[in-house]
Amino acid sequence: METSRLRLRFVKTDNPPVWVRPLIPVLALVVTFILTSALIFWANANPFETYYHFLIAPLTTKVSALEILVKATPLMLTGAAVTFAFAAGYYNIGAEGQLFAGAIAAAGLGVAMKEVPAFITIPTIVIAGFAAGMLWATIPALLKVKLQVDEVVTTLLLNSVMGFIVSALLNGPWRDPNSGWPQSPEIGASAIFFKLIPRSRLNLGFVIGILVILVLWFVLTRTSFGLKMRAVGLGKPAARFAGIHVGRTTLIAALVSGGIAGIAGVAEVAGIQYHLIGDLSAGYGYTGIIIATLGSLNAVGVFIASLFFGLVDAGAQTVSRVLGVPVYLGEITQATMLLVALGFFLLQRYRLRRM
Amino acid sequence: MEIFIINLIGATLRVSTPILLAAIGETYAERAGILNLGIEGTMFFGAFIGFFVADKSGSLWLGFLVAVLSGVVFGLLMALLTVTLGVNQHVSGLGITMLCTGLSLFAFRLNYGGRSIPPSIESFQQLAPFKNIPWLNTLTEQYLLTYVAFLVIVPLAWWLLYRTSFGLKIRSVGENPEAADAAGVNVFAVRYAALAIGGGLMAAGGAFLSLAQLGAFTHGIIAGRGWVAIAIVIFGNWNPVRAMWGALIFGGTSALQLRLQTMGLQLPIPYETFLALPYIVTIIALVLAGRNASYPAALLKPYRRE
Repeated sequence: METSRLRLRFVKTDNPPVWVRPLIPVLALVVTFILTSALIFWANANPFETYYHFLIAPLTTKVSALEILVKATPLMLTGAAVTFAFAAGYYNIGAEGQLFAGAIAAAGLGVAMKEVPAFITIPTIVIAGFAAGMLWATIPALLKVKLQVDEVVTTLLLNSVMGFIVSALLNGPWRDPNSGWPQSPEIGASAIFFKLIPRSRLNLGFVIGILVILVLWFVLTRTSFGLKMRAVGLGKPAARFAGIHVGRTTLIAALVSGGIAGIAGVAEVAGIQYHLIGDLSAGYGYTGIIIATLGSLNAVGVFIASLFFGLVDAGAQTVSRVLGVPVYLGEITQATMLLVALGFFLLQRYRLRRM
Repeated sequence: MEIFIINLIGATLRVSTPILLAAIGETYAERAGILNLGIEGTMFFGAFIGFFVADKSGSLWLGFLVAVLSGVVFGLLMALLTVTLGVNQHVSGLGITMLCTGLSLFAFRLNYGGRSIPPSIESFQQLAPFKNIPWLNTLTEQYLLTYVAFLVIVPLAWWLLYRTSFGLKIRSVGENPEAADAAGVNVFAVRYAALAIGGGLMAAGGAFLSLAQLGAFTHGIIAGRGWVAIAIVIFGNWNPVRAMWGALIFGGTSALQLRLQTMGLQLPIPYETFLALPYIVTIIALVLAGRNASYPAALLKPYRRE
């Protein structure tokens, strides 16, 4: 018997049509816009006007466009840090704490090396920040490799511990006596990242971010270590069978990841704040995980995603200033986009077929 | 000294309550095969919405109820992402945490502005069943929710998981979803249910903080307690009763550091050392328990019926 009903079914496909891939970010953005407009109405603002100030207005003036790059800098670095670990199947959720480890190194050395010329100070604090992030990442990495303790939990808990260390420093030995806020003394002029463009906040940190992205691209796609990392990330037993030293590969990936996150902390201290403060990072370590995911764990993707999130961060501040919509709209938009895009990424593997 | 210890035990029970509720919620999620890193955000949103509804309606219980429902909703959202769509569980969970945090702070700013002193409400009263016996009163003067958590939720969660067919289904979809499916268990429905129950318990833990313990909502109200709960789940080997011991260890360390702080001892170390202590103790406990941890076999693996 023939049924007259029209039956549609999702069928799995391995090669989605080429036009689907660029469509996903656009679709995700549209759906996110629809979902968040309810909140914008609640804040007594017009969604279209809000989204104009949110995503378009920052691109229209030079000052605000440069500000996007400033906001993108820490995200590029934490996104690269997370990608490095995730690609090797090591779930480093600790970039936030590792960022602060790097920031502590930069704030300490930036003050101690006041008399040293900049061409020595700046490379020193970058390397020290890398080392500090790496050192903080060593604890969960060793626990994982040597004792099989889940890294997700330990890195998360160590983020909290790092928060207390920063607070102890700022309320204790490092507290700047000349300031009402808990912050460390200002770093020396020789430690401050020079501006790329005068009268903007764009500084050397952005260049370092791009260099790290390039290194990430090179290591992941052009070196045998990158191949090993990805093999371990795809499946440890198979990688082991192929003769790859799984423990050592994981350890190196975890430590380098921590080091890159440490550089993000250096860039915030030496490029933006010039002090160690408790609010140094607006959750950049966690946003890095979203960036790495939306960037599909590849360097180009991470670069594009961090620029877009930089736009969202800069736009959220404009919206809050101009229309009085709380600045947290930025965080909500980023999270919603992530969840929506993840759904769409999967849908691209399916096709609608008439049965 | 006796007073100090009795005080400490009383405070331990109070401080452990939110972590215990969240840890049992996470136990259910993970037993069904889903690591829910949305826990921190779900607790945060529960704390916020409970406070907000209680403040606007004047009813603490309505606030608590709405908080639990919000947790169920976020649990179902997690299920939609990880069970139906099969998205990476780490990333979905962190996305939900970020979403919950953003939503709470957005709504809080909209309704209470950026004031420096957080608004507060008249919080739940503590029960005092043994008012006339001082030492027993110190121990038993607790919130109703603390009694419910330890005396009802823990045994109930254990019984449900190990002595009912529903619990067997949860454990089977977390160990071997193919076999469970072959035996006629609806893997998807069971995972949805486990995540919904888990989300409700997580939000209840958050609401306990804002509606009972603090009577206020602050940005740092959860402060990583969700992550601690995840550690406790592993420490407790995915068993609600053993998770209770884990929650008590963390709660005990927290209560001890609070007591040491208020004693005003002049110590050569910063007070943050005490604040960090419970987290460090949790990591050590995890390392000690980690060797024997038997993860649910299907944890992190989406199930596909091909």
